[in-house]
Amino acid sequence: MELLLQQIVAGLATGGIYACMALAIVMIYQAIDHLNFAQGEMAMFSTFIAWQLLQWGLPYWAAFVLTIGISFVAGLLIERIVFKPIHDAPVLSHVVVFIALFAIINSAAGFIWDFTIKPLPTPFGTSPLFGSTLIGAHQGGMIAVTLLVLVFLYVFFRYTSVGLAMRAAAGNPESARLVGIRVGWMIALGWGMAAAIGAIAGMLIAPVVFLDPNMMLGILLYGFAAAVLGGLNSPGGAVVGGFTVGIMENLVGTYVPYVGSDLKLPIALVIIVTVLVVKPGGLFGRVSVQRV
Amino acid sequence: MDGFTPRRRLVLAAAFALAFAATPAAAQKKYDPGASDAEIKIGNINPYSGPASAYGLIGKTIGAYFNKVNAEGGINGRKINYISYDDGYSPPKAVEQARKLVESDEVLLIFQSLGTPSNTAIQKYMNAKKVPQLFVATGATKWGDPKNFPWTMGWQPTYQSEGRIYAKFLLANHLNGKIGILYQNDDYGKDYVKGLKDGLGDKAKSMVVAEVPYEPADPTVDSQMVRLKASGADVFFNVTTPKFAAQAIKKAAEIGWQPVHLLNNVSQSVGSVLKPAGLENAKGIYSSYYLKDSNDPQWQDDPAMKEWRAFMDKYFPDGDKTSSFTTYGYAVAQTLVEVLKQCGDNLTRENVMKQAANMKDLQIGLLLPGVKITTSATDYYPIEQMQMQRFNGERWESIGDVMSGEVGGSG
Amino acid sequence: MEAQAEALPAVRARPALTPARAILIGGIALALVLPFLAKSFLVFQLNLVLVYAIAICGLNLLTGFNGQFSLGHGAFYAIGAYTAAILMEHGGVSYVWTLPAAGLICFIAGFLFGLPALRLEAIYLALATFALAIATPQILKLSPLEHWTGGVQGIVILKPDAPFGLPLSQDQWLYFFTLAVALLMFWAAHNLVHSRTGRAMMAIRDNRIAARSMGVNTALYKTLTFGVSALYTGVAGALGAIVVQFVAPDSFTFSLSIALLVGLVVGGVGWIPGALFGGLFVLFVPNIAEHISKGLSGAAYGAILILLIYLMPSGAGGFFRLLATRAAKWRRRS
Repeated sequence: MELLLQQIVAGLATGGIYACMALAIVMIYQAIDHLNFAQGEMAMFSTFIAWQLLQWGLPYWAAFVLTIGISFVAGLLIERIVFKPIHDAPVLSHVVVFIALFAIINSAAGFIWDFTIKPLPTPFGTSPLFGSTLIGAHQGGMIAVTLLVLVFLYVFFRYTSVGLAMRAAAGNPESARLVGIRVGWMIALGWGMAAAIGAIAGMLIAPVVFLDPNMMLGILLYGFAAAVLGGLNSPGGAVVGGFTVGIMENLVGTYVPYVGSDLKLPIALVIIVTVLVVKPGGLFGRVSVQRV
Repeated sequence: MDGFTPRRRLVLAAAFALAFAATPAAAQKKYDPGASDAEIKIGNINPYSGPASAYGLIGKTIGAYFNKVNAEGGINGRKINYISYDDGYSPPKAVEQARKLVESDEVLLIFQSLGTPSNTAIQKYMNAKKVPQLFVATGATKWGDPKNFPWTMGWQPTYQSEGRIYAKFLLANHLNGKIGILYQNDDYGKDYVKGLKDGLGDKAKSMVVAEVPYEPADPTVDSQMVRLKASGADVFFNVTTPKFAAQAIKKAAEIGWQPVHLLNNVSQSVGSVLKPAGLENAKGIYSSYYLKDSNDPQWQDDPAMKEWRAFMDKYFPDGDKTSSFTTYGYAVAQTLVEVLKQCGDNLTRENVMKQAANMKDLQIGLLLPGVKITTSATDYYPIEQMQMQRFNGERWESIGDVMSGEVGGSG
Repeated sequence: MEAQAEALPAVRARPALTPARAILIGGIALALVLPFLAKSFLVFQLNLVLVYAIAICGLNLLTGFNGQFSLGHGAFYAIGAYTAAILMEHGGVSYVWTLPAAGLICFIAGFLFGLPALRLEAIYLALATFALAIATPQILKLSPLEHWTGGVQGIVILKPDAPFGLPLSQDQWLYFFTLAVALLMFWAAHNLVHSRTGRAMMAIRDNRIAARSMGVNTALYKTLTFGVSALYTGVAGALGAIVVQFVAPDSFTFSLSIALLVGLVVGGVGWIPGALFGGLFVLFVPNIAEHISKGLSGAAYGAILILLIYLMPSGAGGFFRLLATRAAKWRRRS
């Protein structure tokens, strides 16, 4: 029983990481209606920028805020420079450009900062939380920040006109243009915000997993699964999905006999796919119904 | 018939005579493809991209070392032409690059190809083509099999050797210990586990209480660490690569688990693993190694270490001096240069293997005192000795004598 | 008599040699001659190009012609490869028979996967196929299966010799064998796409609901297409295993599925011959990238890829279609 509880708590801690990443994924999905494979790499690169700023002597919170700002601008610029020329290209071509971006960013990070792991400090300290040694102050802080970002996103998409405009631009660009929404800039804004959220995610994750150019790949996969499980148009769902995936992964690894540890990720994914077959929009998402 | 006038016949005869006169001298120089009077072509396959790209640092260090050798006159007057290709840690790509090196670039040998899957993929090809697959960069035990694969040889102590050394240590000092193992779920991890269990012999069943794997794609090993602590183990055999080793050490401290901690030497680097994990957390960890640690102040004035530092400053200033990959790359490249020097003017592939299999107590500067390189026609394990060490919070301290963990014959 | 003949309007004979057909014949001729001119290493590389082309053709059938997005075709490639390896290593089966075996097993696997996939659209299907791609190397490493799969060590296969004592090297013979299989499968794909079945597939891709209302059994066609697509990629996998002579879980990671997808797009989605361009890209461009910059080879690869997409947003297929339309316009004008 104790092991079960411990694995659940540990799962919550890891789940916080996935929830963070899942939020960034949901953000980009809301903006462009498909996934960006390079999301994780952008987050990783942002984290390296933060590390470099810290190496140059900036205090932590200054580096934190500056990194978010730089990432926002970078995301915006990438959209305007790299994706504008192929706006009319088919979806799969976009996917391939995401893949190309992934390769470029990963390679550049490795070239500039090489592949040895680097520690990133945490502003929350490392003392145990609530007296439990399983979940530290940092993990608690990570979950808190994730929830804050979640609240921000919820308010943004539900109650602000900009958020509504962004959803419109992504869902129905032609109609959106007709009502005066500047679709191009909405998409760019979405990219900027996703990059910024990714930066936050990266800076929260690196103290736990250590910073290196290949840091994000595994996390992106889990984050993707978590976002889809929760429902791609639901930031709250993404967070719930993140925690669920974290706990599920731990329990499968610990309790499924014989093959559990080898097949943690595939089994988790199978469970998610099963959920999707039963509830196609994800746990909290809305399914788009096509009317004939 | 018309063409062979008496004059022409005389010229031909003279030419033949000259050729015969010249052959005794020419016979002393024997070359296979890749070797000539001017150069020796050395091929290499390393992962410069993909999940294992951290190891690409080794390939770069070797390249820098060969630049140094060339600047100092080369090997017996011949310059080294070092051709290194990226395989992204993918076996089909490794096969392609190996074929490119052998058939297109026509190298004399392939040196320090990295990774067990990649080397397994090219092993049959290299042996069929009779091209040396020399000093492969993996500690898998199966590379020391001269009977079946006479053209393939490893260099570093095998993972099983190291496992056995730890087993000896445990049997001598922690006979009633309960062992929990964290291992990477691939060749490398499983080889270590086998070595430990073989070394423990009959006691393995009773001593090992938990064996928990992880995948390189896993974000953290936190769940595994929780499981290991819950198993009641008080000895921890940590078979992880640098990133996960750091995570494991940090997590163990966080969850308040303080077992007898045995760390595999792949991750014993102070700069790359212990510092990020927290030097305080790493206090008391055991490991073993065969090379001098560049972070260890005790080697500060060691001549070999000074030479290495000078090399890094001049030929590889961007290289990470705190990473053991750079000392490793330097040492293994030095070994190859020794072998090639020993070949003299007989630079056939057969002779290269013969000389490689004929090293007697060779001492390379960066090897720990007491560790020597020895090979023979039946012993394809150049380095089998290691030194156990314990981390005191600042650096590694040697314990006991240099130990041997021979694994017999073919793995 | 003569006057009568002259009175009849001249009937223009249909040109037997269209530009497309000329290129095809020329290409095949070149492919047949190449192994005797090129170094055996290049023959080996071209052999792999053909293997990837077959695999991408399979993906094209599913994604290009039927609109089902797959991020996991590497899994079918792996199943085909391991089928061939296990049959040859443990069953002593000749390499020739491993191809139909791999095809059959992958067809079943694809069909079975296609069934639950019916409920999933676009991004959700992507996730499911992605789960497949991730699961495959993990399953291949499982210890209970180690006796058959060789676990993490993989299986080494022997390369076959040319039969009937033909004066061909192993590389050349395998190349011709692969070429024959490739031509056969491309021809079959071409016929499939231009048949009623093909039109049904494309109808489902373009407008699923309309297709349904017109009486097309979407469920049947979608699952069958999955099966056929898997068959193609599985046969490619078997060929690939024989050419490389080695299978291991590390050979079939997620990056293989990504590479096939990139090859599909670069070649041209929905254009059968595009798979060949895709295969050429997948094999040669990483080498070119490495040549450009050792330290930044990934960045060079990405840059080349982006440039190609800018120049040819719909892949080589789109590019040639554009050329053809321009050429037709030019011909009409002159």
